[in-house]
Amino acid sequence: MKKCPVSQLDALFASVAARQKLYIPAGEAKTAAFQPWQEGMKLTDALNTVRSAKDLFFPQVENLVNFKVTGKQIEIIENRDPSEPFVVFGVRACDCRSFDILDKVFLCDPVDTYYKTRRENGVIMTLACTEPEETCFCTAFGIDPTDPAGDVSCWMDGENLYLRANTEKGETLLSELPMLSDGDAPAADKTVFDRLPLKNLPLDKFGGEHMMELFKYEKWAGLAESCLGCGACTFVCPTCQCYDIREFNTGDEIKRFRCWDSCMYSDFTLMSAGQPRPTQLERFRQRFMHKLVYYPSTHDGEFGCVGCGRCLQKCPISMNIVKVAKTLGEETT
Amino acid sequence: MQVNQEFKPTIVAFCCNWCSYAGADLSGTNRLQYPANVKIIRIPCSCRLNPMFILRAFQRGADGVILCGCHPGDCHYTTGNYYARRRMTLLFSMLDFLGIERERTRVEWVSAAEGAKFAATMNEFVETVTKLGENKRLEDLRCKS
Amino acid sequence: MQELIKAKAVELLENGVCDRVLGWKAGEFFYDVTPAVFRSREEIEKDFVFGPFCGANMSKYLIAESRKEGKIAAFLKPCDTYSFQQLQKEHRIRRENVYAVGVQCEGMCDIDAMKAAGIKGILGADGDGGTLTVHTLYGDKSVERKTVLAERCKCCKSKKLLGCDEIIGGQGEELESNRFAQVEKLEAMTPDERFAFWRGELSRCIRCNACRNVCPACSCEKCVFDNPASGVENKAAANSFEENLFHVIRAFHVAGRCTDCGECSRVCPQHIPLHLLNRKFIKDINELYGDYQAGADMDTRPPLVNFQTDDPEPSVVHERGSEQ
Repeated sequence: MKKCPVSQLDALFASVAARQKLYIPAGEAKTAAFQPWQEGMKLTDALNTVRSAKDLFFPQVENLVNFKVTGKQIEIIENRDPSEPFVVFGVRACDCRSFDILDKVFLCDPVDTYYKTRRENGVIMTLACTEPEETCFCTAFGIDPTDPAGDVSCWMDGENLYLRANTEKGETLLSELPMLSDGDAPAADKTVFDRLPLKNLPLDKFGGEHMMELFKYEKWAGLAESCLGCGACTFVCPTCQCYDIREFNTGDEIKRFRCWDSCMYSDFTLMSAGQPRPTQLERFRQRFMHKLVYYPSTHDGEFGCVGCGRCLQKCPISMNIVKVAKTLGEETT
Repeated sequence: MQVNQEFKPTIVAFCCNWCSYAGADLSGTNRLQYPANVKIIRIPCSCRLNPMFILRAFQRGADGVILCGCHPGDCHYTTGNYYARRRMTLLFSMLDFLGIERERTRVEWVSAAEGAKFAATMNEFVETVTKLGENKRLEDLRCKS
Repeated sequence: MQELIKAKAVELLENGVCDRVLGWKAGEFFYDVTPAVFRSREEIEKDFVFGPFCGANMSKYLIAESRKEGKIAAFLKPCDTYSFQQLQKEHRIRRENVYAVGVQCEGMCDIDAMKAAGIKGILGADGDGGTLTVHTLYGDKSVERKTVLAERCKCCKSKKLLGCDEIIGGQGEELESNRFAQVEKLEAMTPDERFAFWRGELSRCIRCNACRNVCPACSCEKCVFDNPASGVENKAAANSFEENLFHVIRAFHVAGRCTDCGECSRVCPQHIPLHLLNRKFIKDINELYGDYQAGADMDTRPPLVNFQTDDPEPSVVHERGSEQ
């Protein structure tokens, strides 16, 4: 394990940024975001960013291809947004786990080459948590916030930043940084995580076994009734991966792009025959069934939620996966 | 693309069918000159102008947008232009609030008999927008390639 | 206050005045209350809450709820009642299906403001009036309510409860507020500064549509931005133009109908001060066409479906601008 004094953090960032683009979580607590590092930029005080690290690998909007029509000819023009090697620092354990979930969707056959390129280009430097928010529940999904995964894991105390490379990519990165010396991080204090109010989320009932029972559960109506049908939860979620492919006619050519979609929207998976989920009740149910039942049923029981708590903080009416899991998990048999 | 060419702004003029479009016609029959980069779009009444039309004109490459309608009191539908007047006032004020150059948008009342006023208005508006330069703040880069 | 409201809710249900009650349901923490419909005494006694975090505007829910069978009782705060009246004016709420109980409001709190004030380990907060008791891991603390209020409540325009069948907590008055101060500050900037300001704010927009979906004035059955046939349907703002387009058109569409309840800014996950766009329209309307408060009455014509023959010309924008 390596270490670097916190006072030399700027020099460390500068050294990383000199080789490839570096993103760090910066900005005011309310609007913290992963931003390209610049001289003088400070890490945010917020525990986590508003939007997750997913954005850097699966951006909200990205170009796919262009078409140009001349007479009866269609010309297909490659229009991929360029991707270059980059490092993202300060990813929390929860966001880091989300890449396992996204990888299983985007990197299985047929491979999503847009996502794959960014995954290959990106080096993830995680940062261990010491002061969780009351909304954190990553431990319910077996994530250890004090020992995050990623290409490089980092721990920070008042004096030092400790770094441990976990992958080849991580080794290469650390070997290029001259200011690192050897040193071991002190053992993490885990007691605060035992006091988290949401750590005992009842998850036993979820997974594929009780699928139809949960699907037909009568309490969905009560849970969904105040849902406004906005996409705030889906867009701040690190594991939501639905997108729509759309086309924009510039008058001169067609630009095909993809953008995030939300199962909360009335035109999600709209078909010529109409909307398969006609009311907000079905759309609401889809989101939570996907995270808690459908995804684990096809991925060896792994849940599609990492407990980052963003949806708890951002839902306009404070309805969220914790309330759903508690209502369903405690009462069904 | 040609280089070193003088900047010629694209102007979209929304003209009401009953007064201003006829006014534009009159300026044509009178052989009055106004720049060819003014594109006229005929609308049934000035109050048909949805604010979205203005923004989308900018998106599609307009550098200035002007609305021409009957003089207040002379609307073919009696009151349409009074509503348009309020809407455009508020919309222009909002665009100004967002920091978009306020000279890029304008409303001018042109009657069917005012061919000369139509040409003069267009000449003057084109000149104003030429001085402002290209529309950058309300552009959609996708439409510019 | 909470006990009074709960008792009233039970009473209304049991006397058959209504068959369900729209109120707030307790959450995991003390601040994450959810609007909910209660159908029995047991449900009310178990979960009904009213406290300093019941900020959601309940009038939006009445659009759908008042069209269902039976009668619903709703607890409305002063700003909710403005939306309630405005929606009736637009024939969106069926008044005969609603029993409206006005609830006086001391201003709603912002959990982020509380944390920013340096209070740690917050477990709960209660109290009516100017002082709040905050329960924390480290004991109870008393806090001046006005220091932890939500942004919109700091410049509350009115505590008047309009058009209610009944009132709890006393009728209030319209207040002298400085709610246009921020708009004025922006107006005093140069266009370049304003452009930079709004780019900085609107570029954070993730198009989650929370502002639109929570807005009581945004009550279209099908929004133009959701309609594939409109030509402007967009699920994500692909660039700066689309960010501007959505917010300008949305603000314009609610101009003259927006009661300035501030929900748009409350719910924005990116903390974009969207209410400033609406307030700009309200300020312009007041200055150019005479003072107008949407929802304040049931009979005046909204300013954008009204006119005077001597209204100022649109060029007033240019003239006014050049003075600054």
